[in-house]
Amino acid sequence: MSGFPILSLMLLVPLAAALACLFLEAKPARNLALAATLLDFALGVVLWANFDIGGAQWQFTERVELFSGFSYALGIDGIALLLIMLSVFLMPICIGASWKSIDKRVGEYMAAFLLMETLMIGVFAAQDLFLFYIFFEAGLIPMYLIIGVWGGADRIYASYKFFLYTLLGSVLMLIAMLWMANTAGTTDIPTLMAYDFDPHVQTWLWLAFFASFAVKMPMWPVHTWLPDAHVQAPTAGSVILAGVLLKMGGYGFIRFSLPMFPEASAYFGPLIWGLSMAAVVLTSLIALVQHDMKKLIAYSSVAHMAIVTIGLFAFNVQGLEGSMLIMLSHGLVSGALFLCVGIIYDRLHTREIDRYGGLSINMPRYALFFMLFTMASVGLPGTSGFVGEFLSLAGIYQVSTWATLICATGIILGAAYMLYLYRRVAFGEQKNADAAAMADLDVRELLMVVPLGIAVLWMGIYPESFIAPMRADIAALDARLAAAKPEGDSKVAMGKEKPVHEEVSAHEGAH
Amino acid sequence: MQSILLIVFLPLLAAIIAGLGNKQLGNVPAKVVTTGALFIACALSWPIFISFLTGSAEATVVPVLTWVKSGPMAFDWALRVDTLTAVMLVVVTSVSALVHLYSWGYMDEEPDQPRFFAYLSLFTFAMLMLVTADNLVQMFFGWEGVGLASYLLIGFWFRKPSACAAAIKAFVVNRVGDLGFMLGIFGTFLVFGTVSIHEILQAAPGMAGSTIGFLGHRFDTMTVLCLLLFIGAMGKSAQLGLHTWLPDAMEGPTPVSALIHAATMVTAGVFMVCRLSPMFETSPTAMAFITVIGGATCFFAATIGCTQWDIKRVIAYSTCSQLGYMFFAAGVGAYGAAMFHLFTHAFFKALLFLGAGSVIHAMHHEQDMRFYGNLRKHIPITFWTMTAGTLAITGVGMFGVGFAGFHSKDAILEAAYAAGSASGSFAFWMGIFAALMTSFYSWRLVFLTFFGKPRWAGSEHIQHAVHHHHEDPSEEAGHDNHVHNPEGTAGYHPHESPLVMLIPLLILAFGAVAAGYVFQHEFVSEGTGEFWKGALVFHEHLIHAMHSIPELIKWSPFIVMVIGLVTAWYGYIRNTRFPAAVAEQLGPVYTFVYRKWMFDELYHYLFVVPAFWLGRVFWKQGDVGLIDRFGPNGAAWVVAKGSTYAQKVQSGYLYSYALVMLLGLVGAISWVIAG
Repeated sequence: MSGFPILSLMLLVPLAAALACLFLEAKPARNLALAATLLDFALGVVLWANFDIGGAQWQFTERVELFSGFSYALGIDGIALLLIMLSVFLMPICIGASWKSIDKRVGEYMAAFLLMETLMIGVFAAQDLFLFYIFFEAGLIPMYLIIGVWGGADRIYASYKFFLYTLLGSVLMLIAMLWMANTAGTTDIPTLMAYDFDPHVQTWLWLAFFASFAVKMPMWPVHTWLPDAHVQAPTAGSVILAGVLLKMGGYGFIRFSLPMFPEASAYFGPLIWGLSMAAVVLTSLIALVQHDMKKLIAYSSVAHMAIVTIGLFAFNVQGLEGSMLIMLSHGLVSGALFLCVGIIYDRLHTREIDRYGGLSINMPRYALFFMLFTMASVGLPGTSGFVGEFLSLAGIYQVSTWATLICATGIILGAAYMLYLYRRVAFGEQKNADAAAMADLDVRELLMVVPLGIAVLWMGIYPESFIAPMRADIAALDARLAAAKPEGDSKVAMGKEKPVHEEVSAHEGAH
Repeated sequence: MQSILLIVFLPLLAAIIAGLGNKQLGNVPAKVVTTGALFIACALSWPIFISFLTGSAEATVVPVLTWVKSGPMAFDWALRVDTLTAVMLVVVTSVSALVHLYSWGYMDEEPDQPRFFAYLSLFTFAMLMLVTADNLVQMFFGWEGVGLASYLLIGFWFRKPSACAAAIKAFVVNRVGDLGFMLGIFGTFLVFGTVSIHEILQAAPGMAGSTIGFLGHRFDTMTVLCLLLFIGAMGKSAQLGLHTWLPDAMEGPTPVSALIHAATMVTAGVFMVCRLSPMFETSPTAMAFITVIGGATCFFAATIGCTQWDIKRVIAYSTCSQLGYMFFAAGVGAYGAAMFHLFTHAFFKALLFLGAGSVIHAMHHEQDMRFYGNLRKHIPITFWTMTAGTLAITGVGMFGVGFAGFHSKDAILEAAYAAGSASGSFAFWMGIFAALMTSFYSWRLVFLTFFGKPRWAGSEHIQHAVHHHHEDPSEEAGHDNHVHNPEGTAGYHPHESPLVMLIPLLILAFGAVAAGYVFQHEFVSEGTGEFWKGALVFHEHLIHAMHSIPELIKWSPFIVMVIGLVTAWYGYIRNTRFPAAVAEQLGPVYTFVYRKWMFDELYHYLFVVPAFWLGRVFWKQGDVGLIDRFGPNGAAWVVAKGSTYAQKVQSGYLYSYALVMLLGLVGAISWVIAG
């Protein structure tokens, strides 16, 4: 595969299709969008199949020098590969989800989604600081349009809130990037990842990046755009927002904050822990009292993302790998849950939980998949949700037992709000006649949920497929962080009468 | 030993076939597939158990698949078979197979049968994964897997609000325990650098006496780990404090109660403590804690069992109480006795539940014992098998020969006494009191159900059944009289259950009679260490101490059993006004016990209400009132004020904002190029 610009091709396919969609009628636009996203997914599979695990850190690199240091540089490591796979996997499902529910301005809608796909892949593939920035920020525009044009009744407020929050962060990040480029004399991301910035300056740079990534993540207390954005976005918009856009924050931490500013990351670790702990408890409790299905899942996303951030800032392999797995799993599971909401929204046109009930009776297949994704969200072992959560919490336990305890309450509260949701939607009597008359999943919908279900189980039973590509990259990151690693609060100390050699082994166990 | 793969995965396969096939597959094929799979698994399990009995088998591990490798934290899917697993294998597969069979009859009128059988088989798979776990995480998988199956089965009749509530409660309360389990696994990994049970148990003694930081303080390492893990066991095995889900779980169909909430899942905590016994042995504090919790639970649950009217709830609290026995046996170091009681209890408690199911079946879904009576003449086989179960649970026997519970319960009480510790003595006395109450409530159940005059007329279910059969206005008139007169049959004729329900009862009755006597040498006598082969810690000296306890102590379980029996006979056959008079005399104490020590009310106001209240506050006051108000909305206000004069250049169209954004980008990049 060497030499063939597959990444550029993956960027180009949706972009070309997006341009074409602008000039097409509804029906051909749908078909073209589906074809293009499926082709991109196929390219993604080729990409994964040819990714050399254990080979060079950066593969499929492409580089075209443009002007004054700014270059069109692409390339991926295992982390980027997995997130690109997640994006191209979710895209055809999003097109499928919009197949019937979008009937105005279909061409433009499809174009927006396809453009979105190009930008998402670009974010994960970019190797140039400013190329990354362009992809990262431009991603706002199609999403802003998707919410603002095809959204619900309150779409203007939601899209404006979304824009305002994210813009705030990005301005600061741009300034930091400019400073970095000037200081390090390069915009090459791999080089910057190994560049040692002055620890004092790191603090400011870290904060600037943090402003952007924390909003994207989103972390408490800058999360309030998310519930509104989700509620107003069309189904596919929610899927891609929860599935991929939120992952850009986590990716940013992993790609920039941690390797470029390790000392600052360690310094601000407790801040992240505090915000994450607050997020888990507060947003889980808020999710418990929601009446709107999408809002509930949106708040649960904030809680899950908090486990990601705390795992990332655990500074060890389990925490980092766990966080990556949660991001992938959450991409699938929350996407699937929003899809499940969309499926019944298409039938009844309400997100009000109380308008449903007893769906297990008239929609048994739907109930099965909804249960599967609910359990994955709850983190049941054997589903994708468990592995990441477990590793992430195991990672933070080595650093702070308090943080672990508080964050682990999320598994209790998560079970409570998800099962309470499921109970109100799928269990109980069929108290609403219109909900009781809804038809079960049709073929189109099954084609969307079945792949998601398989992926969720696959990642839960054999996550090695997903850990293997990133193992070396995480190990490298862990090594980069080793110097700054904070000391754990649960160190083992042997009793007096024990021989010395056991003490050594105990400390080895602790690290 | 490759047959273990079939034993574990056949039920999963059957569950998938029956579950996905569902209505398209039809009732009978779904039942044949699941029940068939379970009988095959059962037939394959007994040879493994027997090979361990005869000493011809060695512990083995059958690897299945890599699960997770994350730095030093690595664990695989693997099936471990040793003596402890073999015991659990026969318990799980035998009871499960019989419950599957029984359900053919019990669930016969149910429209949703494939789903039910799929859940049952799924449960069995998860339970088998739990007992064959070679590492803590796979045990956790089984642990949560049985929790899922339990949730689904409790909520099987999902149209009933009470069933839904009970299902959620079971899952969430169990999650509290699982939180402890998870932290225990994290801590264990931190200390030992592995989650392999085998390696942990080997390294555990070396860690005795060390200290570890936890929540900002320093504690004894092994005590912290063992207590965290034990919290998990408390949740799953419904021990005091985390027991509230078990009685509510009776909302599920009765075969489910027999399989999950009596014989198998709830004993997972006991299994875990026994499996990790070398680890628990290193922490006297944790052992004492287990002993006290076990003793307290067996007493507390027995008191509630004495007051309940719902036949299933009586047995549920009885289960809770018997689990307490198992725990304090483990707590004093008599792991063999704990496993023995787990083994015998599985038979007689499954029997009691299935018998209760047979009664409920005969009485048209009536579960209130106040509306039973005189049933021994109508459903004699159910009566005799349940009597066998009652003789077993109350521990009838003397001079070394008796029903199943006699051997295992006496061994536990003797061990607690022989242990000589303060916690052991506490548990012993709690156990003796509980044995008294066990005898009382068990015979009370039998007397209320099978003896005396019929009191069926007061039951709405019976009335409903009678009316269903005779749509006659003259019967309608007679109906009102019956309601005010609780005695009488209301013209109802209970029928004995079909053969598919009676066969499991008879087989289990055989187990309840014989399982104790036949297997006592393997589980609790000198040289038993050979049977266990190191699968759990076995204290030879405790067995010796058990033989040298005073005669009176040896006889005390028998004495209290007789007292309980006589009291029940007096109160529910001889002088039926007596219990009400006693309850009246006790007043608030009785109410307190009858209301289950007020745990549900306490937890409701302590956790459920505040959680919802806090959720609303954080949402309305926090997110909306504070963050949004001063965040984006505040910024919007400022912008709106500032931009009134700039309005003319702004079109208000969305794409124009996008354009501005892009222009800004271009500007920024140009600046870089220029710089």
